[in-house]
Amino acid sequence: MNNFIKASAALALMTITACTNNGIDDSNSVDLNAPINGSTSGLLSDQASPAYFQQSIGDRVLFLVDQASLTDEARSILAAQAGWLASNPAYSAVIEGHADEQGTREYNLALGARRANAAREYMISQGVAGDRLKVVSYGKERPLEICSEENCYAKNRRAVTVLSSDLTG
Amino acid sequence: MTNPLLNLLLALVTAVGTLVGAAHAQDGPLRIEITEGVIEPLPYAAPDFVPDSAAAAETAQQLTRVIAADLSGTGLFREIPASAHIGQVQDFAAPVQFADWKAINAQALITGGVTVSGNKLTVRFRVWDVFAGKELGNGLQFVGTTDGWRRMAHKVADAVYSRITGESGYFDSRVVFVSESGPKNERRKRLAIMDYDGANVQYLTDSSAIVLAPRFSPTGDRVLYTSYETGFPRIYVLDVGQVKRRVLESQDGTMSFAPRFAPDGKTVVFSLAEGGNTDIYSMDVSSGKTKRLSSSPSIETGPSYSPDGKQIVFESDRSGTQQLYIMSADGGAATRISFGQGRYGTPVWSPRGDLIAFTKQSKGRFHIGVMRTDGSEERLLTASFLDEGPTWAPNGRVIMFTRETKGASGRSALYSVDITGRNLRPVRTPDGASDPSWSPLQK
Repeated sequence: MNNFIKASAALALMTITACTNNGIDDSNSVDLNAPINGSTSGLLSDQASPAYFQQSIGDRVLFLVDQASLTDEARSILAAQAGWLASNPAYSAVIEGHADEQGTREYNLALGARRANAAREYMISQGVAGDRLKVVSYGKERPLEICSEENCYAKNRRAVTVLSSDLTG
Repeated sequence: MTNPLLNLLLALVTAVGTLVGAAHAQDGPLRIEITEGVIEPLPYAAPDFVPDSAAAAETAQQLTRVIAADLSGTGLFREIPASAHIGQVQDFAAPVQFADWKAINAQALITGGVTVSGNKLTVRFRVWDVFAGKELGNGLQFVGTTDGWRRMAHKVADAVYSRITGESGYFDSRVVFVSESGPKNERRKRLAIMDYDGANVQYLTDSSAIVLAPRFSPTGDRVLYTSYETGFPRIYVLDVGQVKRRVLESQDGTMSFAPRFAPDGKTVVFSLAEGGNTDIYSMDVSSGKTKRLSSSPSIETGPSYSPDGKQIVFESDRSGTQQLYIMSADGGAATRISFGQGRYGTPVWSPRGDLIAFTKQSKGRFHIGVMRTDGSEERLLTASFLDEGPTWAPNGRVIMFTRETKGASGRSALYSVDITGRNLRPVRTPDGASDPSWSPLQK
C-alpha cells in the first residue's frame, strides 16, 4: 500500500518581474528635499531672493523633544517668513515637518505633520493666505545631521519652509 | 490516536508566560518538560536526501541543507552534523537502522528521496522517532518544478516542524520589506520581497521616492505601502504577482500612512493627517469609501486588526505619551491597554489573537515586546539603541523587526526573535533593510 500522501503542491511559484521603474523618473518626480540646497538662487543681498529668505531670515524653526509647540524664537522667525511672503507674492511654500530618530516611524510622521502644521498656522495668523502654504511630513526619514547625539537631534527636529515660485495644484 | 512524539517534543508555548521546556532524553519515550529554564534544542539528523539519479544529486543535497537550516534556525532543533553520523541512508525505501541513529543520540531522523525528471521535481520524505523506533506520521510527497526547490524544502521543513511540535510551520513564507542604501541623510529606499530566510530577493519599486512600511494582505497577494512619489505620503496597493500598483488614498492637503489590511482583505485601516492632526480611518478597497474611526486632537496611528476583524489595536498620545489602545473595528471609545513605564507604539495583533507585539521606548532604549490583549503579562524580548516595527510569523511564534545601529554610520537590518525572547537572529539581506511584513504561509 502506498502510504504517500500525494500533496502535489503545484508550487507554481509566483513570478515577480523585477521592476525598475514604475513610470516615475526624474522628469516627473518632485523632490521636495532638494530645494533646501537647490533653490537658493539669487544674491543674498537681494532681499527678494530665496537665498535671502533661507539664510538671512532663516528657513527653519526647531522644536523640543516630542513637542510641536513653537518657541518664541520660532515665532519670530515665522513672523519674518510671513513678512517675506507678503512682500513676495509670487512665492508659495511647502513646510516640511521633521523629527529626530528617537521615535517610531509612523509616530514621527504624525509628529512631523504636527510641527509643519504649527508653523503653517502661525504664518497664517501672520497674514499669509492658507492656499500658499502646504505641509508635508518626513518624520525621521530625512535627518539633516546624522549623529545620534542631542546636538544633531536638536537640528533634526525642525520645520523647514521650502519656497516655490510655481507651485501648482 | 496518540503519537509519541507529539507528547514528547516541544510542546511549545501554550500560554503566554509559559516557557518551552527542555526535551530530555529519558528512559522510554521522549518527553517535553515545561519549565522556565533554557531550552535544550532537540537533536536530529537529516542525512542528505537520496537522489534517484546523478542529475538529482545537487538538488537533493541543497534541499536537505535548506530543510536543516529552517529547523535549526528555530533554535528548537539542533542538527547532528553528517560528520558525526555512523549510519548512512542510501536507499530511501530501505528500513531505517535505528541503532545507528540512537548511537549518536539523534532523537528525530528525517529521510528523503529526490527525483528529477526534466524540470519536474519530486521530493518524498519521512520523519522518524528514533528512540521509539517508529515513523512519525506518514511519508509525504511534494511535486513541483526544479526551480521551486527552495519552496519544496521549506514545505518539507514546515511538515517536520508541525509533526514534531504540533504547531503549524512558517518556513514557506515571504517577507516584504524596505531595502535601504546610502547614508542616513540621503537614504534610498525601495520595496523588496524575499523568502522568509532572505533568499530570492526581488525589488518591487525603484528608489526614486521614499517608500515606507509595506504590509501584506491576508492572502499575501497584495501589499499596502506608503510612498512619497507625489511629494506627499500616500498609500498605495501593489499586486505582488504583477507588480502593478495604484494609489489607494489621495486627498489633497492630507497625508496618509500606516495602512493595514483587515483580515477579510477588503478593508484597509490607516492614518490620515489633516491640519496637523492624525486620526484613524478605514476604507473599503473596492469602493474607496472611507470612514473615520477616531476623532481626537491627539495622534492616533499604527492601527492593526484582531484576527477576527472585530477590534483594532492602535497607538495614541492622548494621555500625553504614546500608549496602546483597543477599539471596535467600527471606531468609537477605546480602552487603554499599556500602562508600563515608557512609550508604546507600532502594535500588531498576533495571528493567533492572543498577543500584541509592540515597540517600547524606555530610558533611551528601544524594545520589541509582547503583551496579552488586556495589557497584562508584558514581556520585553529585545533591547537596543533602536528596535521597532514587529511583524508576526504566520504561526504567531516568531517576530521579525527592524534594528538600527547608532551614529552617523547607523544602518538598519532585520532580526527575528521568538516570543519567549530566545533565538535572536539577524535575517540576511543584500543591503540595509527595515519595516518587514511577514506573509501568511503560502498555499
